[in-house]
Amino acid sequence: MRTAFYERHLGLGAKIVDFYGWDMPLQYSGIIQEHKGVRGSAGLFDVSHMGRLKIRGPGAQDLIQRVITNDIRQVGDGQSLYSPMCNHSGGIVDDVIVSRLGPGDFIMVVNASNRTKDMDWIMTGMDMNRCEIKDVTTEISLLALQGPQSSHILEKMGAGMMGVKPFRLVQMELDGGPCMISRTGYTGEDGFELFFDGGHAGIWDMILESGAEFGIIPVGLGARDTLRLEAGMMLYGNDIDEDTTPLEAPLGWTVKMETDFIGREALLSREITKKLRGFMVVDSGRVARKGDTIYDNERPVGTVTSGGFSPTLGRPIGYCYVLPEYGVGSHIEVGIGKKRYKAQLASTRFYKR
Amino acid sequence: MHAAIYYLDTAPWSNSFLKKIFKFDLLVRRYTKDHEWVDTTDDGIIVGITEFAQDQLGDVVSVELPEVGISYRHNDAIAIIDSVKTSTDVYSPVDGRVTHVNESLLSQPELINKSPYQDGWIVKMMPESPAQLESLLTKDQYDESVGNTEK
Repeated sequence: MRTAFYERHLGLGAKIVDFYGWDMPLQYSGIIQEHKGVRGSAGLFDVSHMGRLKIRGPGAQDLIQRVITNDIRQVGDGQSLYSPMCNHSGGIVDDVIVSRLGPGDFIMVVNASNRTKDMDWIMTGMDMNRCEIKDVTTEISLLALQGPQSSHILEKMGAGMMGVKPFRLVQMELDGGPCMISRTGYTGEDGFELFFDGGHAGIWDMILESGAEFGIIPVGLGARDTLRLEAGMMLYGNDIDEDTTPLEAPLGWTVKMETDFIGREALLSREITKKLRGFMVVDSGRVARKGDTIYDNERPVGTVTSGGFSPTLGRPIGYCYVLPEYGVGSHIEVGIGKKRYKAQLASTRFYKR
Repeated sequence: MHAAIYYLDTAPWSNSFLKKIFKFDLLVRRYTKDHEWVDTTDDGIIVGITEFAQDQLGDVVSVELPEVGISYRHNDAIAIIDSVKTSTDVYSPVDGRVTHVNESLLSQPELINKSPYQDGWIVKMMPESPAQLESLLTKDQYDESVGNTEK
C-alpha cells in the first residue's frame, strides 16, 4: 500500500522500505541529520500508515472505557488520551491515542501492525446497536509536524495552534478542506499531528514551504525510531506486546484501576516478573539490538527490546526487560554478537526537552 | 614454479611480481560478494567496504577494529560496523595477518559513509597466499552481484 505522499517521498530522494505492507520512507538525507533537524528545528513525517478507527454512537464511550486501561471519562471534547489496550491476562493488545471529537464521536490512532487485530478485538465486546466502528485509515491522511519550530510553521500557514495545550485538538479548514490538528507526537518534542482527507496531499507541500525559513526537513521512519527511543516512548512489537503488561512497561501511569477495563483483575493479581529499563553501553560504541541478552556476570537477567544509537548523546542506548530487582543504575553486561559489553541501567527518558 | 626467482629481486607482494605470476593487474581494485573492496599495494592489501555497502548501512556510528598482528582466515569476521539501524561484520577477503588498522574510524566512524574508498579504509593485511587474491571479484562481477546495471 502507498500513502497519498508516496510520489513526493520519491521526489525527495527517500529510501523506501516495506513497513507492515506500506511503502514508507525510511530516510531522506540520513537518520542522524533528520533526527537533529527535529530536535533543533522541525521535521515533517508521513505517518499515514498508522491505523485510524472511528468509533461512534451512544455506546462509544462505554466501549472505549472497557478496552483501554486509562480513564476516558477525563477526556472532554477536543482532547486526546494515550492508553494501552489489554487482553484478559493484562497483556498489551496495542497502545493507542484516543481523541474525543464530540459526545459519542471518537477517533483512535493505532499501530499499523495491529490495525485489523484491534478492529476485531474492539468489536468482540461491542454492542452493535449502540455504536459503530469504522476503519478510515485509507481515507484520511496523517502527517506529523514535530520540533520546536512547529507551532511557528503552522501559525504562518494560518493554522495557528499556539494557544492549544498538549493533547488537545482543533478542527479547522486547511487547503479548502476540513483538517483536524492535535498537539501530539512520538518524538519528545513539541509537535502536531494533522488529519485530513487524502485528496489534500498538497498540505505536505504547504508545510514544507511554510517551514523552509525555519529549516524544516522531511523525516523518515528511521529517525522516528531514534527520536522516540531517546524520549522514553514504547514501540509496539519491540518493547510492549501481548506478553508484557503496562505495569512491567513504564506505563503504570496509564492504568486507572478505578475504571472497569478488560485485564484489570489480571493486572491486580499478576506478579511482576520483569521491568522495562533503559540502558547505556559503557566503553564501547557497539549498538545492542532487539533480542540481545542482558547478563549479571554469567547469569542472564534480561533481554534487549529496542537498541539504537542516540544522536543527541552520541552513544548507544536501548531498552531491556530485566528482573525487577535490577533498578536504574545497576551495572550489567549486554551480549552483542560473540562479546559482552559493560552497560548500566538508566531511565528510559534519555532526552528531555 | 618460477616464483622463487622473482622473489629474489622483487618485493613479494608488489604488483609487478604478482603480474608476472598471475597475468592480471592487481592494481585494479577487487571486491568480495560481501561488499568488501581490496586494493593491492607493495605492502600488502587494503580492505574497506563498498559505496553500495555504506549506502545500505546508512549512518555508521561505531567501528570495532581488530588488533594489529592477529592472523585471520578467509571469511573470518575482522571488524564490526554498527550503523543506526543495523550491525554488520567485515570479513577477511583472504588468509592473512593484520598489519594496520584505521584508528581514525574510532573517533570518526562516519568516514565510512563519507569516503568509503579513501579515508574510510578499515584494515591493511599481509596475505598468506596471492592465489586467493586472484579469486576475488572484478568490478564487473561485483556490480553484477549487487544488481547494479549502471555502466
